[in-house]
Amino acid sequence: MKPILNIALPKGRLGEKVYAMFEKAGFGCPSILEESRKLIFENEEAGVRYFWVKPSDVAIYVERGAADIGVAGKDILLEYAPDVYELLDLKLGKCSMCVAAKKGFADDRNRPLTVATKFTNIAKTHYAAEGRDIDIIHLNGSIEIAPILGLSDVIVDIVETGTTLKENDLEVVERFVPISARLIANKSGFKFKTERIEQLRESLAKLVEEI
Amino acid sequence: MDNILSIMSSEERAAFSLCALYESAGYQKYRMSKFEEYALYVQNKDFLVSENVITFTDTDGKLLALKPDVTLSIIKNTRTQSGVMKVYYKENIYRVSGSTKSFKELMQAGLECLGEVTTETVIEVLSLAKKSLDYISSENVLEISHLDIVSGVLSACSVSEQGRREILMYLGEKNESGMRAVALREGLSAEAAAWICRLVTLYDAPEKVLPALDALALTPALRAAIEELRAIVAGLRALGISDKLIIDFSVVNDMNYYNGIAFKGFVNGVPAGVLSGGEYDSLLKKMKKNEKGIGFAVYMDELSRLADAKGAGK
Repeated sequence: MKPILNIALPKGRLGEKVYAMFEKAGFGCPSILEESRKLIFENEEAGVRYFWVKPSDVAIYVERGAADIGVAGKDILLEYAPDVYELLDLKLGKCSMCVAAKKGFADDRNRPLTVATKFTNIAKTHYAAEGRDIDIIHLNGSIEIAPILGLSDVIVDIVETGTTLKENDLEVVERFVPISARLIANKSGFKFKTERIEQLRESLAKLVEEI
Repeated sequence: MDNILSIMSSEERAAFSLCALYESAGYQKYRMSKFEEYALYVQNKDFLVSENVITFTDTDGKLLALKPDVTLSIIKNTRTQSGVMKVYYKENIYRVSGSTKSFKELMQAGLECLGEVTTETVIEVLSLAKKSLDYISSENVLEISHLDIVSGVLSACSVSEQGRREILMYLGEKNESGMRAVALREGLSAEAAAWICRLVTLYDAPEKVLPALDALALTPALRAAIEELRAIVAGLRALGISDKLIIDFSVVNDMNYYNGIAFKGFVNGVPAGVLSGGEYDSLLKKMKKNEKGIGFAVYMDELSRLADAKGAGK
């Protein structure tokens, strides 16, 4: 019997698209498609076990070895810098890490820039590289209202289409990192299941080329 | 004796057995003070896994630190006469743990060789690293890299300092697409970028990787490093060590301190590496020591997660 490959997928639309790719790559698990509130699904014959987890938690499951592999957004990988292998860009869930502000905003470099964001580390690294002094305000959601209410000068957030920004009278000042879903692997798990993980990576790479 | 063993934790039992292994190989126990002058860590802060150090002021006003690392203390406090000084240790160190972001006391067992380190010494240290892993679990892998091959490939392509840093980061992540993107941004041709990416794609058992390394041997420095890696693998094979060895260039240590052979050990069931080591002649040069060095540490705290560790059952 094949050793079970534990796979953490992000709950939601992106996870469903990713699962479809894994299925095409020959790592299917039909029970996952059944309507249920279960979070763990196993196909012993194919040697796979899937878990649905919160997208921002996938990297933790993989880094800590609860999952051998997983799919996480580049934003999460940059923010938490987990000690994992990043094996493939799946080119799904494409968006950008952006700086956005109220329309017509002009940066006054005589004072620190206040930045509201969920991605504290990404924002710090970005502005440190520019030598810009900043004051970070960590928020967990509805980041867009921070500049409107005068809480911050700018926000650092992921932007896909820009509709939410537009509706809140904000605009993108700078796009600085392209974001997409990545196949990641636990460093230890990879050593002991190399062949299967490589086989999956190669099949997925072919599917990515077709996209 | 059995009674004593039964009251020890599994980590202590494993550390005890590893020390016996190093002792039987002719290494001497190295004892050190719990404290070290803080200045030692300030001067070499990039060598430390984490920059955070617990400090306190001694009664005479000196700023001291609880050791976050063992290698620096051994280098600082020893003077090699001639030949190779071989020591082993079992020490507690104090570091910020990656997950909790707070200080933790961690037990490490390991060994260091300082002085006239030769290829034979490197082979001996690698064989002891492999035996340490064999003791911990039969399902283990020792992955070996040669940093001079990695730096030789990057030097041959003349990439900028920033590009070099990014490429090394991506190499550590096995991130081929990230590496290719940086290489192309650095103005390398698609062919040269693909050549650099071989560092990511070339990993496997030595018998598969070593013949393929000829494709990388473009400069005399690269040829010498590849030859050395071949000699080391042959030496290990002569000692009966050929199974569960992997050549993997993603083992990237900080090249300001490390050079030559770098290695990491993994056991099935423990999510992070349990053993890490390498040659650190560059660190010795920085510390004004005209000698060579190689060593490794086994992270005993990682072993507590291994229910089937041989030591746990004893």
